[in-house]
Amino acid sequence: MLDNLKILIHQGRQYIPDVTTAQVPGIFRGRPVISTEKINEAELAEICPTNAISTNPICIDLGKCTFCGECAFAFPNKIKFTTDHKMATNDRNSLIIKEGLDQAIELNPELIRKEINKYFSGSLKLRQVSAGGDNSCELELNACGNVNFDMGRFGIEFVASPRHADGIVITGPITENMAEPLQICYDAIPEPKIIILAGTDAISGGIFEGSLALNRSFLSKYKIDLYVPGNPLHPLTFINGVLELIKKRK
Amino acid sequence: MSYIIVRNNETIPISSIPELDYPSFLELNVSSLIKAAGSHCVSYFGYQHAGKIRLVCCIANDELHTIHVSSSVANEGQSLPSFTKHNLVFEKFEREIHENFGIHYTDHPWLKPVRFPFNRSNKSMTVGDYPFFKIDSEELHEVGVGPIHAGIIEPGHFRFICNGEQILHLEIQLGYQHRGIEHLFLEKKKLLQRITLAENIAGDSVAAHTVAFVNLWESLNNYHPGRDLQLARTIALELERIAVHTGDLSAMCTDVAYQLGSAVYGRLRTPVINYFQKWCGNRLAKGLIRAGKNNYPFTDDLAEELTKLLDEYEKDFEEMSEELFSLPSALARFEKTGVVTVEQAGMIGTVGMSARMSGIKRDIRHSHPHDLYPELLHQPVIRDYGDVYARARIRKKEINQSIEYIRELVQNIQQGKQKITELPNPAPDSFTISLVEGWRGEVCHCAVTDEKGELMYYKIKDSSFHNWLALALSVRNNEISDFPICNKSFDLSYCGHDL
Repeated sequence: MLDNLKILIHQGRQYIPDVTTAQVPGIFRGRPVISTEKINEAELAEICPTNAISTNPICIDLGKCTFCGECAFAFPNKIKFTTDHKMATNDRNSLIIKEGLDQAIELNPELIRKEINKYFSGSLKLRQVSAGGDNSCELELNACGNVNFDMGRFGIEFVASPRHADGIVITGPITENMAEPLQICYDAIPEPKIIILAGTDAISGGIFEGSLALNRSFLSKYKIDLYVPGNPLHPLTFINGVLELIKKRK
Repeated sequence: MSYIIVRNNETIPISSIPELDYPSFLELNVSSLIKAAGSHCVSYFGYQHAGKIRLVCCIANDELHTIHVSSSVANEGQSLPSFTKHNLVFEKFEREIHENFGIHYTDHPWLKPVRFPFNRSNKSMTVGDYPFFKIDSEELHEVGVGPIHAGIIEPGHFRFICNGEQILHLEIQLGYQHRGIEHLFLEKKKLLQRITLAENIAGDSVAAHTVAFVNLWESLNNYHPGRDLQLARTIALELERIAVHTGDLSAMCTDVAYQLGSAVYGRLRTPVINYFQKWCGNRLAKGLIRAGKNNYPFTDDLAEELTKLLDEYEKDFEEMSEELFSLPSALARFEKTGVVTVEQAGMIGTVGMSARMSGIKRDIRHSHPHDLYPELLHQPVIRDYGDVYARARIRKKEINQSIEYIRELVQNIQQGKQKITELPNPAPDSFTISLVEGWRGEVCHCAVTDEKGELMYYKIKDSSFHNWLALALSVRNNEISDFPICNKSFDLSYCGHDL
């Protein structure tokens, strides 16, 4: 018992006191900023492994971006990845970063269904489904609940059964072999329910886009309530995105 | 000679692999090669070439530090006698060949689907039609779990046959994670796309799979990486090992309801993965390893920070481990739970930690060293009780070992001006094999190029491909309530298996 207490004391305080203002350590590649410098646009777009960069004007689609940072290495004055980890949004178009604009990514209050704030602002239980996820977003979603990030303090938790859940968090590009289990799981969640796409693979298919082993038809049937970019997503991106979704009102 | 001897990361002309008639090919591999001391099958695959299926078998000899490669040719849909009848280590490889090309093995005992790939030979069956082993009994019952599990974890289906609370048999069906990665390696032509694919094979083994790919790719391009690149790769592999082993110890504590261990190991993993972020901008090391270059050279400042981090980590890690491994309530759950015997492990050909827990000295860092491992003179950590306790102890010891290796490696950093080398083109009509010891075990990548030097075939094998069967065997005669701790103690990859 005494040993256990000693270990506890030696651990000190590990939790992040305020996740909404927390900074990430080091050289995190978060929301990019694109300058108006003139460069060879075709050459820049050619670098990207997932065609996330479009030209005239230059835009980066964070729903497709794998955050590899190679474009910023090749054109350091054109593209900079900032450490701003707040990249979650409910508007797919807000994920497209445009040349010359340095704006925070936010949720569009007009697109938040009103029942979300009413039912889920104090408690949100989520069911996670990995549908071809490579276990990196899954590791980071698990980390959201650890002693550092402690998402549970906001009443946001992952639960074991879809029957207990208020929504579904999908990771991975959605494989053909997971298409049916995903649908069954979603159907088992009681109304009202939300859908969160976690990570680049889920949002656009990422590097797997165009693979014949995928079946993304599920996504065309429903409204997506939150997009959380990243490869994998950072726990702070996820927690802050979900908090904004359930707290923000029209 | 009926086979060719290659070293890890050696590129050879495809024509130099002897092509045998099938009976001689079978005889060679199941007798002389696999029976030699310290041998195991690292890859056995087929690929379409000139309207036929070329079968290539790669048997590693750990004592000679070599890989013995031989080949044969078969027709799609042909009936053949199996290797498996003679040796079970070929079991899954032959199922994969059967699934992909419809080759029918006449005496294979368990010719079931492996992963239901999109380009499978028999499309009349889908992932929902897996033919499970059935029992006809009024006393026994079946328990089905998954594909979606209770936690935040990848999908797979577990079908138990139980007598009351006791598990008699477990069959594991995978394939839900199949993304068609091997095919995408051929379709996506840019090098960065292929590296990104390698990084996304299994997100918990980013370093292992990416190092396997870049080592293979550099060899195919006849490019010899400098010490700085090899140093970064070796450190990344050992850091990944520390991070995941620590996380697994946390999860194993969770599964035996030891809250303190769960929280402390969990939080100890955080600074290690945050270090990856400081180094390369990504907590799981995506973006760090590149062929022919390193965007994030390992500097003296990084070395100093890492040394400090490991000093702090080690203190807390040792304190926690001392408590865990002397705690009767935890040990009671770990010891003699989920045993894989030495005989079983040898029979099914496990690799990595799942081999070393059962007394098998199998570790690529020792047998086929790459990057800076030749300098480290690695000696594998071996246990022979094959239970959850062995798997926990190996993790603890391997973390200690990795810390020592990193301390040794950072003594000799060569910082040079970052030179970016354009790789030439891959050699035409060639074959390369790359082996890497990831934290989970051996990762094997093989590539075959055509006459223009384009990738014609890419084969990936994660250690989980061998080891899932070990999990299924380990739970026999255990209480079903011990399944979670058994599963976590192996921590196998679904996506690495399903590709």
